[in-house]
Amino acid sequence: MNIIKAQPKSITTESTKYCPGCGHGIILRLIGEAIDELGIREKMILTAPVGCAVVLYDYIFCDVVECAHGRAPAVGTAIKRVHPDKFVLIYQGDGDLAAIGMAEIIHAANRGENMSVIFVNNATYGMTGGQMAPTTLIGQKTTTSPSGRTIKGMGKPIRVCELLATLEETKYLERTSINSVRNINKTKAAIRKVFQNQLNGIGFSMVEILSMCPVGWKVSPVEAIQFIEEQMINYFPLGVYKNVE
Amino acid sequence: MAEDKNTGLETKRVLMKGNEAVGEAAIKAGCLCYFAYPITPQTETPEYLSRRMEEENLIFLQAESEVAAINMVFGASAAGARVMTSSSSPGISLKQEGISYIAGAELPCVIVNVVRGGPGLGNIEASQADYFQSTRGGGHGDYRCIVLAPNCLQECYDMTMNAFDLADYYRMPVFIQSDGIIGQLVEPFDMHPYKPMFDKLPTKNWALTGCAGRKPNVVRTLYLNPPNGLEMHNRNLEKKYNKIKSELRWCETYNCDNADIIVIAYGATSRIAKSAIKKHNDNGLKIGLFRPKTLWPWPEAELVEVAQKNKGVKFLVIEMSMGQMLEDVLLTLMDVVTKKDILFYGMGGGWNPTPDGVYAEISEIAKKL
Repeated sequence: MNIIKAQPKSITTESTKYCPGCGHGIILRLIGEAIDELGIREKMILTAPVGCAVVLYDYIFCDVVECAHGRAPAVGTAIKRVHPDKFVLIYQGDGDLAAIGMAEIIHAANRGENMSVIFVNNATYGMTGGQMAPTTLIGQKTTTSPSGRTIKGMGKPIRVCELLATLEETKYLERTSINSVRNINKTKAAIRKVFQNQLNGIGFSMVEILSMCPVGWKVSPVEAIQFIEEQMINYFPLGVYKNVE
Repeated sequence: MAEDKNTGLETKRVLMKGNEAVGEAAIKAGCLCYFAYPITPQTETPEYLSRRMEEENLIFLQAESEVAAINMVFGASAAGARVMTSSSSPGISLKQEGISYIAGAELPCVIVNVVRGGPGLGNIEASQADYFQSTRGGGHGDYRCIVLAPNCLQECYDMTMNAFDLADYYRMPVFIQSDGIIGQLVEPFDMHPYKPMFDKLPTKNWALTGCAGRKPNVVRTLYLNPPNGLEMHNRNLEKKYNKIKSELRWCETYNCDNADIIVIAYGATSRIAKSAIKKHNDNGLKIGLFRPKTLWPWPEAELVEVAQKNKGVKFLVIEMSMGQMLEDVLLTLMDVVTKKDILFYGMGGGWNPTPDGVYAEISEIAKKL
């Protein structure tokens, strides 16, 4: 039998606790492939966020630190300063990065920390059961915006790539999605780019990945993919927002 | 330069500010990183270290907030470095989230609190009203921090060095509980090279350095499973805290034999009290001073011993707070003396008691003896 694609060596065989149809599993796999391909597992220090991705240390076979909600960029900043020759990966969700930890990500980006950030945007708070996030779309119903998010009183969804692109020290910003095989492959390439930039000492690089949360959105996995295609991508356009070589 | 009598190390008599002495001691003790945010009355520490750490090729970073600063401390400590932060009361409140995580993850670090008046923005004068905050945990969860309380610049310098060793030895956060007076005070002290407290410190085999040649390390505070994971974690922490209670209780006793009145005070207040006590001693009154140098663990056995040795003694607790340390005194002495023998003199406005004020307070008690 020919093995077309094997389990990445940096990913444990532990079955994940993610819900059916959740995007974290796909992203985890892409990260594992990129780690293997670049051979960085043994020099990697990963920050796990608060939220669904908190138990990343059960799935990735590398040094991991679990951070307080939103604080991963500050924790990662210090780790990178102590070990400039190691590889620091920041993994954050939208509640983590765009709400409680907005100050930390903006200032880490503004300092031009040579770190790689993977920002998973599923437009909701998944772990706590689907509450409104800063990225929740207008009209989107959540457990804390039961009539749908309105601009008045709740503001518009925050576009993080566009926001961080205004900071001159950010070097690479791309928004991708994992709603299709084509977009999954593009996401993989973006993750590799974000990783390679750190290895090349280029500086702060981030990929924002639009991801599914069918349980939080209270839809089927197929409908979740449709939600990304029909609604999320309209508001959060895919593409490269910054690329400084 | 001169030779220290006890250690034979080269020492130098220097004149500095309390906040600077803490910074210099940290550098000498091998502190690799310092992260902080400016706040009065501790700002001389980041100002001093921004210059000195650059000279020494160490890591200085002015964080965007106290919250970020303490999480940088968390990261640097997880990465295996000796690390320090400093702040003052409102800033320490912001750091409590991170301190709880650091204690939960059993990471070593040094946190300097140059206490000012509160609650809220309070004022910028010296205070001791963060006693509860530092000795009771402060953040969420069942944890403790070692709290060292210097009352002079020599102790600021020595205790900061001790703090790094204690933090590494017990793997936990250690506070230097200074105050606006000690932080701003300028007085001479002997600057000596780093004197390690322990012959050997445990190796940091848990640190995050990339997992080359070993199993991955995980620094975490979440215990979802097995079902009793968190229970066991907290029981292990309790064991460690009990061990520290039995090993580390520092205090100073001054004229505590055959005393009629014993003043209990720490930090700047203990110096003010000592001036008043000396004046009374000169007039023939038998007044002593009991000064905790570790606020946690509290020198419980030592205070009980003093109370038992001096039958009928009155205690006067003096604080720049409204009766926070008083609770530890009452808890310690409740089976040894009656409550009416424990008196209290507190300042709550961020103003310090004066030697004359303390002298008068002692005189009032002495009249009724």
